[in-house]
Amino acid sequence: METVTENPSYKLELTSSPHIHSRWSTQYAMWLVVGALIPSVVSAVLFFGWYQLVIIGFSIGTALGTEALIKYIRKRKITISDGSGVITGLLLALILPPNFSLFGTVIGAVIAIGIGKEVFGGLGYNIFNPALAGRAFLQASFPVAMTTWTIPNFALDATTKATPLASMKFDQIHTSLSPFFWGNIGGSIGETSVLAVIIGGVFLIAIGVVNWRIPVSMILGMILFGGILWFVDPVKNPDPFFHIFAGGFLFGMFFMATDWVTSPITAKGMWIFGMGISLLVVLIRVYGGLPEGVMFSILFMNGFVPLINRFTQPKTFGAVK
Amino acid sequence: MKKQVTLLKEYTKGLWEINPVFKQVLGMCPTLAVTVSAINGIAMALATTFVLVLSNLIISLIRKLIPPQVRIASYIVIIATFVTIADLVMKAQFPELSKALGPFIPLIVVNCLILGRAEAFASKNTPIRALMDSLGNGTGFLIVLFIIGGIREIIGSGTLLGFQIMPQVFEPWLIMILPAGAFLTLGLLMGLANFYVESKKSKERESIIQKYRSSKQVQLTEPGV
Repeated sequence: METVTENPSYKLELTSSPHIHSRWSTQYAMWLVVGALIPSVVSAVLFFGWYQLVIIGFSIGTALGTEALIKYIRKRKITISDGSGVITGLLLALILPPNFSLFGTVIGAVIAIGIGKEVFGGLGYNIFNPALAGRAFLQASFPVAMTTWTIPNFALDATTKATPLASMKFDQIHTSLSPFFWGNIGGSIGETSVLAVIIGGVFLIAIGVVNWRIPVSMILGMILFGGILWFVDPVKNPDPFFHIFAGGFLFGMFFMATDWVTSPITAKGMWIFGMGISLLVVLIRVYGGLPEGVMFSILFMNGFVPLINRFTQPKTFGAVK
Repeated sequence: MKKQVTLLKEYTKGLWEINPVFKQVLGMCPTLAVTVSAINGIAMALATTFVLVLSNLIISLIRKLIPPQVRIASYIVIIATFVTIADLVMKAQFPELSKALGPFIPLIVVNCLILGRAEAFASKNTPIRALMDSLGNGTGFLIVLFIIGGIREIIGSGTLLGFQIMPQVFEPWLIMILPAGAFLTLGLLMGLANFYVESKKSKERESIIQKYRSSKQVQLTEPGV
């Protein structure tokens, strides 16, 4: 309740009853998410070196600076202390390739906050996940730099040069599942270590920041749709567990698909949302031109969220159809 | 009332007040599709202006002969004639530009800017006014297309009108020459234009309020004296 009294804009709340007080505030939840990302940051430093911290710092700094600047131009209260800008900057850095150029990082953070979030009116109004919007911009602008993967520090063989998804797609090489668990594979800065991502994700679900329905529906959807393809052609298509562990699926599932602002608010809608993402990921990975499709799948389903919300509205209690 | 508008005003209103792209939001297809470079934008706008001016002039001349039931069909026939002329001339004189613009030159036929001006202005006004109006709209279209094309060319390929502008270290942002870049550039420019208009309006409002307040003060003090 301290946070409620701290923020002067919360002093007068005009809402209908019943009123339930909660120690939760946006700020509190945002910092919990930042805490949940710490294992991924540790794994990034472990596998790709200290330089990744510089990228993370630049990304967060630029994100906060952009937000403050835009709020200043629009003559609004500067709200960088609510932690959402920190999360966007941190998430963006963690889904960039290791040793990405700092100039590119800065551009990505400016686009993520400026076009992904503030253009729509700031936190709570954005349609798309800002960090993913920034990454999509970078992916379209610098396709070569965005797919140049650094060999992780403890690489055992040369096949880890490309991401496992790329070698699966273009060279038909299947990577065994064990390296995924620790994260000793090629990939984006913070997404490679399944262990670190799961620690953070389970923590978020356990304390209730993230609704369990979206992750569960995404995993079930992946087992279903990936399983169908695997069943049809087990030689060409990887098994569903490879799909789940590879690339940014788990990272996107825990930290981006579950974004409060850009995911459906109804329980039924969350199931549709999660299943839709999984279906698109499988389709892009197996049939699309890109090796990885988590980013575009989440962005695509983000666009459907208003529609999903409208069609899954629960019936008013007592209403007769 | 119509007589009060000067001919010059009929021309200049197209530049900003009813700018085809920013205010009327017409002709979005060429605005978004061909503005990969500044020269493409200029060529497209010039071709559109040519068709716009001549077809609106003809439509205005025969506006009393066209039965209202078939007016759209008549407009389309007139517009299509000039589009064919523009297309063939560009193919003969500037084959490379014609190739770059591709199907968008024939598509001028269905450009809503031309049909919109024909329906909204040329069919109701005298030829000389229709001429000034379409010239103004064409100029406004040209300016906007040049700006959008220029921005996209500078950021997307580091050049302007084919000359290297950005330093060699600059890595072009490929997204700007992709369709997404067109939407981003247009959206941000339109937002900027609206921001300018809004801030101007709020300033005017403030000055009116201040005038009112000061006049009230004068009145209030008068009885005391």
